[in-house]
Amino acid sequence: MLHRRSLPALGAGLLASGAAQAQRGWEPQRPVQFIVPAGTGGGADQMARVIQGIVSRHNLMRQPMMVVNKAGGAGAEGFLEAKNARGNPHVLIISLSNLFTTPLSTGVPFSWRDLTPIKMMALDEFVLWVNAASPWNTLAEFVEAAKAGRLRMGGTGSRQEDQIITVAIQRATGASFTYVPFRGGGEVATQLVGRHIDATVNNPIEAVTHWRAGTLRPLCVFDSRRLPGEGRITETMGWQDIPTCREAGLDVEYLMLRGIFGAPGITPAQVQYWVELLNRVSQTPEWRDLMLQGAFNTTSLTGEPFREWLAREEARHRTLMQEAGFIGAGG
Amino acid sequence: MSITTRDAALLDTAAPERGPTLKGMEIATAVLLMAVGGVAIQDALRIGAGWGADGPQSGYFPFWLGLILVGASLGNLVAALRAGRRAAGGGAPLFASWGQLGLVAQVFVPTAVFVAVIPFAGIYLSSAVLVAFFMIRFGGFRWASSLPAGAAAALVAFAVFEIWFLVALPKGPVETWLGY
Amino acid sequence: MEEISLLMQGFAVALQWENLLLMVAGIVLGVLIGVLPGLGGANGIAILLPLTFALPPVSAIILLSCIYWGALFGGAITSILFNIPGEPWSVATTFDGYPMAQQGRAAEALTAAFTSSFVGALIAVVMITFVAPLVAEFALKFGPPEFFAVMFLSFACFVGLSRGSPWKALAAMMFGFLLAGVGMDGVTGQLRMTFGSLELMRGIDFLVVVIGLFGLSEIFQSIEEGLRFKGQSARITLGTVLRTWAELPRHAWLFLRSSLIGCWMGITPAGATPASFMSYGVARRMSKDPSSFGTGRVEGVVAPETAAHAAGTSALLPMLSLGVPGSPTAAVLLGGLIMWGLQPGPMLFVEQKDFVWGLIASMYLGNVVGLVIVLAAVPWFAAILRVPFAIIAAIILMVCAIGAYTVNSAEFDVVLMLVFGVIGYVMKKLDYPLAPLVLALVLGDRTEESFRQALLLSEGSLAIFFSNWLSGGIMAAGLVMLFWPMFGRLMAGRAKPA
Repeated sequence: MLHRRSLPALGAGLLASGAAQAQRGWEPQRPVQFIVPAGTGGGADQMARVIQGIVSRHNLMRQPMMVVNKAGGAGAEGFLEAKNARGNPHVLIISLSNLFTTPLSTGVPFSWRDLTPIKMMALDEFVLWVNAASPWNTLAEFVEAAKAGRLRMGGTGSRQEDQIITVAIQRATGASFTYVPFRGGGEVATQLVGRHIDATVNNPIEAVTHWRAGTLRPLCVFDSRRLPGEGRITETMGWQDIPTCREAGLDVEYLMLRGIFGAPGITPAQVQYWVELLNRVSQTPEWRDLMLQGAFNTTSLTGEPFREWLAREEARHRTLMQEAGFIGAGG
Repeated sequence: MSITTRDAALLDTAAPERGPTLKGMEIATAVLLMAVGGVAIQDALRIGAGWGADGPQSGYFPFWLGLILVGASLGNLVAALRAGRRAAGGGAPLFASWGQLGLVAQVFVPTAVFVAVIPFAGIYLSSAVLVAFFMIRFGGFRWASSLPAGAAAALVAFAVFEIWFLVALPKGPVETWLGY
Repeated sequence: MEEISLLMQGFAVALQWENLLLMVAGIVLGVLIGVLPGLGGANGIAILLPLTFALPPVSAIILLSCIYWGALFGGAITSILFNIPGEPWSVATTFDGYPMAQQGRAAEALTAAFTSSFVGALIAVVMITFVAPLVAEFALKFGPPEFFAVMFLSFACFVGLSRGSPWKALAAMMFGFLLAGVGMDGVTGQLRMTFGSLELMRGIDFLVVVIGLFGLSEIFQSIEEGLRFKGQSARITLGTVLRTWAELPRHAWLFLRSSLIGCWMGITPAGATPASFMSYGVARRMSKDPSSFGTGRVEGVVAPETAAHAAGTSALLPMLSLGVPGSPTAAVLLGGLIMWGLQPGPMLFVEQKDFVWGLIASMYLGNVVGLVIVLAAVPWFAAILRVPFAIIAAIILMVCAIGAYTVNSAEFDVVLMLVFGVIGYVMKKLDYPLAPLVLALVLGDRTEESFRQALLLSEGSLAIFFSNWLSGGIMAAGLVMLFWPMFGRLMAGRAKPA
């Protein structure tokens, strides 16, 4: 029974050893709840559902995985649910930057230390976009214009990553922007195409289609190195041709966490099972496709390095939020 | 429960039915809505109800909405008080007779118990009991047919949500024991 | 014409037998999802999305979009039979649909609703087929001020329509707005009216309120009059369907107007919910006998259903051509496209012709298949009303509780549903109109959000709403709608001074 069920997963040699090891240790006894601390259709939700799809398609797990959206209070609801599921190995949560920003802006008490870090799946990039019909071809021209007159910057949500980046740009350049929050990246991109706003800091995947259609123009990417990628997206440019913001003279870096956490207090064997499962997920062709299309930064961390990264980012967000005046206590 | 029904039966025969008056309920509702408006205003003032440099602050709309709600409820209150004076001659119109409210309570109380029990017993067991209870209590069905019907309703729900659509609903000890 | 030949190719793809089978399966599943409150089209599609990876993209999107059609059809069923709208856009359908069912005209109402849905969707698909690029351009013109103008127009169409005390209508509407404001303020990220409660932080979901306010309170009220539901017992045959059809051509103008409102709302993309309310409001304004609306007029079912379905269908256009979802369901479909390696946006129509036209062809076929399936099932749906009260009431209570729970997977919402059941019971008995409350609750936060976004853009100047012909024109239309009844009253008042 057991052997027959796991047969499809035995295809690749590496998978086989992983599966065997997991069977000796621990494996889920009941359906697994996969919490998404954001609404349906957003980046985190999409990634969670891709993982769910890959797991069921490749038969990586014997129990079903159920995705549950808990978006209340900028995700606080979902994080609290995971925090309160102490010792329950059948709960996973996918996180985005709101793991750091929500406790600071809403005063709801939780942090990554209340969860069990399992694996950083990838980092999401941010790119500064302007309308292709705008006169700004380089970052320098854009900053010049922003200093001369107040430009309107659109972004997803309030007191979250997009606004934090906007504030960081303001601090680095001395220009000031009017930040206008919208509900999702797709909406922001269209508002920019329709010229209702002047610029955005969308994720690559949210704006790539408009770039290809020749309606948007990327100015720089908020990472320390250029985006991976070969070939061209438009007639003349590919992901690798977008300069980093630092190259272009703007010292701002920001990457968004896409990581998986478990409930607090689960055993090392259980953590081990999830790490191996997620490793197998990230080796599938579907996952690689997603990484390519979204021009994700495929840095992946587990264990101690992941914890160190989290501690560093937490401190950085605290500084950024403090400087921007986004720290609130319950309202 | 049985007392309520007997009361209802008694009251049905008594000539003028009694119960909370329409006027009383109108006043109570108006006052309650005024309180809701008041709470909204108070919360709005806490977070700032002004008109900032770039448009209204977070509390601006709740403040004015709360104020209008208080105003409208005041209008309702005045209307209710006036209507009462006019109708003072005859018997005041009733919101509902005690007998009617008793009937409503017969459904409301089991529903409230059902809702209260969900976190502990899970939604499936509670639903099975609720369906069986309704069939016995209001439908005059026998135990032998009601209990299986209740169980069947819960099982169908379980199959549809838990297995088919993979939606996790609240579960209790029975489901845990069965390995879900 | 190029479109025609592409469409024919699309039909060839959609008519493969396995795709037809998927269509039927999708519609049936979708109707089920639409019937179960809380399990909306978005949930259904999200849940099934991972399972469709095994299919080629065209087949998968056909299956998923058919679930979407099915859910749109299905939303009307519970609205009409039990006064429980399964989806936000079915709320307006309850206003006249439920009274019709109470009068024993459930089959007529269902037939009218399904047929309207079909007509609305068909007109929208025809529009998508032939004028897609133009329409996509139009959608780009909608920024925050235009969006607010649309919301303003929706409210303006509705205000002053309810009978009875204007104070009560006003109080109900304000209560709805305040409920919509609970939770996180989307513009500043501040928490409002949560009073430190984590449960309130997620906001008060429209569906939870409506399930209580409409569904539960209806059960309480029917109990008062003895333990049964009103107005069952009518014999229903397929003949009723044909008789209703014979009546419908009289409302041709209504169908057309509602479809246009729906298409417009779907493209902008404001979505199906404002479309259904606006269409109902306009139908009532334009009617010779506005006061009979809400008592079981077939027009009151036709108008919102046509508009909602037209909007739901045309919402797929901005999703495909701009990558902007017009509804939560479209948002999930969008995620699906990305997972299949299709990049929604302006290039999709150029590079993925097979896919796009296969989908458009499946919209035609899916709706035809859907209509046949749901109409054939009308007698069964209507027969549900003949199930003894003791059984059906308990099952409704169970389904309502499950529905309220699934919205946010929160037990608190089930309690909230019960509270709103009591509130709805009291409000109905005291003649507080529920429609303004629900309208404000559904559209309240989007309205406030677009208003404040617009003012951020204009740095605080209200002139932005009249700064271009589009938002200015819509605002002006809204003002006319708003003051329409006052003109009427003014005339009447002059003729007969009080």
